[in-house]
Amino acid sequence: MEQQREAGTLGMWWFLLTEIMFFGGMFLAYTIYRHLYFDAFAAGSNVLSIWWGAFNTAVLIASSLTMALAVYHAQMGNSKKIVFFLLFTVVLGLVFLRVKYIEYSDKFEEHVFPAGDFRWPLAEHPTAPSNVGQLLTMFIGIPPAGHTAEAPQQALPANIDTKYSDKSPYLGISGAIPEEVSKMGMAGHVRMYFWLYFVMTGFHALHMIIGIGILLVLAFQAWKGKFSKEYHSYIELTGLYWHFVDIVWIFLFPLLYLVDRHL
Amino acid sequence: MSLIAVDPIEMGAPQVDGEPLSYLNDGHGLRSWLLTKDHKRIAILYLITVSTFFVIGGIFALLVRINLLSPNGVFDADTYNRLFTAHGIVMVFFFLVPAVPAILGNFLLPIMIGAKDLAFPKINLLSWYMYMLGATFGLIAIIAGGVDTGWTFYTPYSTSYSNSNVLLAGIGIFIVGFSSILTGLNFIVTTHTMRAPGMTWFRLPLFVWGQYATALVIMLATPVLAITVSLMALERIAHVGIFDPAMGGDPVLFQHMFWFYSHPAVYIMVLPAMGVVSELIANMSRKNVFGYKFVAMSSLAIAVFGFLVWGHHLFVSTQSVYLGLIFSFLSYAVAIPSAIKVFNWTATLYKGSISYDTPMLYGLGFIGLFLIGGMTGLYVAALGIDVHVTDTYFVIAHFHYVMVGGSLMGFLGGMHLWWGKMTGRQYPEYWARAAMVIQFVGFNLTFFPQFILGYLGMPRRYAAYPPEFQVLHVLSTAGASILGIGMLITIVYFIWSLKNGKRAPANPWGASGLEWRTSSPPPTENFYETPIVTWEAYEFAPIESMQVLGYPGDSSRSTQPVPKEHGTED
Repeated sequence: MEQQREAGTLGMWWFLLTEIMFFGGMFLAYTIYRHLYFDAFAAGSNVLSIWWGAFNTAVLIASSLTMALAVYHAQMGNSKKIVFFLLFTVVLGLVFLRVKYIEYSDKFEEHVFPAGDFRWPLAEHPTAPSNVGQLLTMFIGIPPAGHTAEAPQQALPANIDTKYSDKSPYLGISGAIPEEVSKMGMAGHVRMYFWLYFVMTGFHALHMIIGIGILLVLAFQAWKGKFSKEYHSYIELTGLYWHFVDIVWIFLFPLLYLVDRHL
Repeated sequence: MSLIAVDPIEMGAPQVDGEPLSYLNDGHGLRSWLLTKDHKRIAILYLITVSTFFVIGGIFALLVRINLLSPNGVFDADTYNRLFTAHGIVMVFFFLVPAVPAILGNFLLPIMIGAKDLAFPKINLLSWYMYMLGATFGLIAIIAGGVDTGWTFYTPYSTSYSNSNVLLAGIGIFIVGFSSILTGLNFIVTTHTMRAPGMTWFRLPLFVWGQYATALVIMLATPVLAITVSLMALERIAHVGIFDPAMGGDPVLFQHMFWFYSHPAVYIMVLPAMGVVSELIANMSRKNVFGYKFVAMSSLAIAVFGFLVWGHHLFVSTQSVYLGLIFSFLSYAVAIPSAIKVFNWTATLYKGSISYDTPMLYGLGFIGLFLIGGMTGLYVAALGIDVHVTDTYFVIAHFHYVMVGGSLMGFLGGMHLWWGKMTGRQYPEYWARAAMVIQFVGFNLTFFPQFILGYLGMPRRYAAYPPEFQVLHVLSTAGASILGIGMLITIVYFIWSLKNGKRAPANPWGASGLEWRTSSPPPTENFYETPIVTWEAYEFAPIESMQVLGYPGDSSRSTQPVPKEHGTED
């Protein structure tokens, strides 16, 4: 039993290492393009709602606490409290995903989904919350008062930002920027930013969904009384995974939402 | 445990149909195989599927060679692109990467360390299903018209222009990557936590060291391939130009990320084969491997250095010359641990009682061919020479000498050494030796002319070529046919031996190692009682003393090493 637990823990840490390498590839791409096209990334970042981002960060940190409490009660052999805290964690995870859904919908409405009808610059932010009250009403699905229909926007090719300048787009080559690139101008690079935003947060959300699935199975097993003081390593291992997914978000939040914001 | 022969019936093993109970007859029917958690049965599942892909990849190779018989080609250029891409994808992702770890490693690693199974048997079975799922996607991609990007999927061609099944192949590779990650995870955790009492790290067979180092590389490199392929696929869907210079993206970034996996992947393919060769050389010359610790540590050194050399694939991809210098230097540095291995294997032969049975022939073949493959690796790692030979047949010949001459020779040598252990039947020695010699001749005839072709300027991936290259191309195709015949003979006698081979004794080679201290084939729990290891790796007893002890083997080499008792080590 002790050997199994040791094997499981070692295996989970190694698995998390592979996850770091997996997310690392995305962070690498992000770093390079943010370096090359900082202005575009800053502009794209300012479109995201800092309120939703901060709210979700708080939700995930709270979920880490409830997860840690579930592990603690597993070690104490408290089956009922395990179920409670696992389900609490699930609820917080679902809150996170609900907010992510609102945010994604907004981005579709604002035409900044990179694979769709992408338009830049934005006319305005039609649905971003600007205080806690709005945040809560929007969370349950009521749009805030004063919500305006979107202003007419132009499609991508017509939008040429002539004032925009950037560094050389090639690693290792210096020299002129091809004509097509400058023609596309900033809009194309903002589109890259949103592509990275959707890919990175999408993979993170996928990990959340998998985690919630595992938590539900564990909660069911705990309810059936499967875990005891001696046998609870699955809960500990899932805890490691859940904390890892939280930490990824802790990096994603400043990188994606706070590119160009100052206090 | 008995020090001499392991006769399962004498040891009181239950019998099935007059044969001792082994993992092969412990449960019958498809269900007992497809839902097995036994690492040995999973290894057999892998053996069947991975070998099938080897045959498929081999057929594509022959089609490529047939096309190159005439300067104008037999197929049109588009078909040719799809043929060599299919050959590359199948051989790299569906054969070479899983071959040694998933078949030999799965079967032997737990037995060699004295464990009953891998640490996570269910995950092990899951990895085979992942492999099957990924392989299905790969096959669909090929059958539905193929992929024409080459196995490297270079952007922006793969993301914007290629009109072939890039997405399907990408999904297949992504899933197969998960399969190897799960195998690697199992190997690392098993080696750390499941060693038998007395089996210290420096008593591990070098095969286990090789698998462990491979698993490290698999765990750290494969996720990067997964994200690279994902980004490529998502870019293909969204077209935001993340890897397209026309839209401000950087194709070199893709190359960096791709080779960050794919160069270490070379070591995923060759490191486990090196582990096999250590076993072949030691057991077939009945000597402790010269410099055991150096050979073990050189595996780890190769694994570490292997991560720092990816840039040598980008010498002509606008990478800064200064960065190129560093990558060139680091690539030279990898030659040091590789050379340590080759020198130590050679030194092991010195004054050994060498047998020239088939496993040894493959072992010696590996040393010779890997030497050529490794030394030409230094040519292409040199900045100046690489500019001349980049993307030519010189590179093709170089990596086939490492991949076929190295990995495949090691894999086949291991299959011969452990065939009796895996199936309970010995292969026919005469035919095996003949097949090995045919393969060796065919291999060299195929790829040596390609060094010359490449040096003269024949570019890779071209369906047609100037007529002056025809002689060398015809020689190469002739060699490929001979190599193919050699492979066919091996496949035929392996299958033939399942019914008609001589019964394998527990230790047909007089070899050392825990796997020879259990019956052939082993019981489901691997050992009748948990072994306690009181001897160092590769301790061989003199053949004479073995005969005095009266091991009833079927040849003069069928002897069993006598472990020293505790306290009597010199």
